[in-house]
Amino acid sequence: MEDTNPEETNVEEQKDENKICLEKLEEAKLKAKYPHLGNKPGGSDLLRKRLQKGPKYFDSGDYNMAKAKIKNKPLPAAQTEKAEVTGDHIPTPQDLPQRKPSLVASKLAG
Amino acid sequence: MGEDGESPKINHSFLRDYVTEADVISTVEFNQTGDLLATGDKGGRVVIFQRETESKGECEELGESGEYNVYSTFQSHEPDFDYLKSLEIEEKINKIRWLPQQNAAHFLLSTNDKRPEGYNLKDEEGRIKDVSTVTSLRVPVLKPADLMVEVRPRRIFSNGHTYHVNSISVNSDGETYLSADDLRINMWHLDITDRSFNIVDIKPANMEDLTEVITAAEFHPQHCHLFVYSSSKGTLRLCDMRDSALCDRHSKIFEEPEDPGNRSFFSEIISSVSDVKFSHSGRYLLTRDYLTVKVWDLHMDKGPVETYQVHEYLRSRLCSLYENDCIFDKFECVWNSNDSVIMTGAYNSFFRMFDRETGRGVTLEAWRENSKPRAVLRTRRVYTGGRRRRGDVGVDSLDFTKKILHMAWHPAENIIAIAATNNLYIFQDRVKPENQ
Repeated sequence: MEDTNPEETNVEEQKDENKICLEKLEEAKLKAKYPHLGNKPGGSDLLRKRLQKGPKYFDSGDYNMAKAKIKNKPLPAAQTEKAEVTGDHIPTPQDLPQRKPSLVASKLAG
Repeated sequence: MGEDGESPKINHSFLRDYVTEADVISTVEFNQTGDLLATGDKGGRVVIFQRETESKGECEELGESGEYNVYSTFQSHEPDFDYLKSLEIEEKINKIRWLPQQNAAHFLLSTNDKRPEGYNLKDEEGRIKDVSTVTSLRVPVLKPADLMVEVRPRRIFSNGHTYHVNSISVNSDGETYLSADDLRINMWHLDITDRSFNIVDIKPANMEDLTEVITAAEFHPQHCHLFVYSSSKGTLRLCDMRDSALCDRHSKIFEEPEDPGNRSFFSEIISSVSDVKFSHSGRYLLTRDYLTVKVWDLHMDKGPVETYQVHEYLRSRLCSLYENDCIFDKFECVWNSNDSVIMTGAYNSFFRMFDRETGRGVTLEAWRENSKPRAVLRTRRVYTGGRRRRGDVGVDSLDFTKKILHMAWHPAENIIAIAATNNLYIFQDRVKPENQ
């Protein structure tokens, strides 16, 4: 491997600095639009949202649990598991997603 | 619904661009010989194409090879529901992997978010009856019958995954395969559906401590005890199953060193590896993150040996790409048959190929309105400054809904399959006779 001469290393560093500059500019834009955005983007919130993708349908058990939670703040220890988003959101008919259309053969095979 | 006497004229022009969600292709894979090409879609269907055997002599121009025509299609997965969590389970096929052919039948694995399934494919053409076996005077009439392909579901590997399955990979031992979800990797025996071994588990005791998820996993092409998995933080972990039953401690970790002070809000998101592939030689790894593809040498864990910019011009658009969620798009990457060229997709129906020897990249387009069948693809360019050439596309004119996420390269020849939303493109290299 040939030695990288000082000029080349400087160019590399400058490229990296440029990249971060661009990213920081974009970050500033984002924060300007969404001031409530937390500082840790890769944190557990984003990942947990990713773990539970897809629409959550109405669940009467969750619905009643959530209503009860609002009334009585302190919950017994066994139920404080924050693993999944299970019922804090009380859905309304508007929230319910559309029904899927029936199964049909693929057009690629047609 | 009440009937309108005179409904106003509806402008149907928008319908031409509307794509049925179910038709969106979600995975593409050649089998080991390249004679079969499988596609899976969001509607849970699998369509398999077969390469026609080459024409006999007369029209052999420019070494034209056989075309791919539909061989079979079937419904692999159906929409399902998790009653405990009140969550829908999508029927979208995330990955298809073929098994090496052992007999007259073909076998493939197809998985959605929750459940890998194995399918057997057997074909039969109308056969000519041997004249010597005819004992009565009835003269048989030969009617060539259409190819009949019988698809039978053979294995259903249930209840292996709590989280969403992103990868399946068949082991070189031909007997086992792995399936990976966001937090766990399981190893299954192809013939045993009621049990699997958990080989990686990165779920923290407290979910609030969750810092990274598994994004892709693959077995080594030759060493049946080695596999690699990538993470949302941009690291690759090589695991050796001979070390321990649970491979939570990697044998080697590959990550690019980064100055912690030089990070932005987007750094981690764009470093997330969306795909990882071993080279055919087994010596290198190819990874794709949001803006680059990288080649890693298994013998060097300090950083990639090669880095190629796929669409660096997007770095100054990260804010809007975060807003429209495009920053989370998962692009795949592939090697060619002799590991000299790598390919990955981008936006605006563009895909990129990099020649490892020269380090040069080229941009091509999978969009039928700009090319006719059998025409040579012309290279495209995104305008990023300097002299503007005719045909250059500006960054803000790029169509971010036209993503090339899924692709496959024929195992032996220069034939590539590109999925562009609901369309499948098959391109092949024109080999001139004098070069053969």
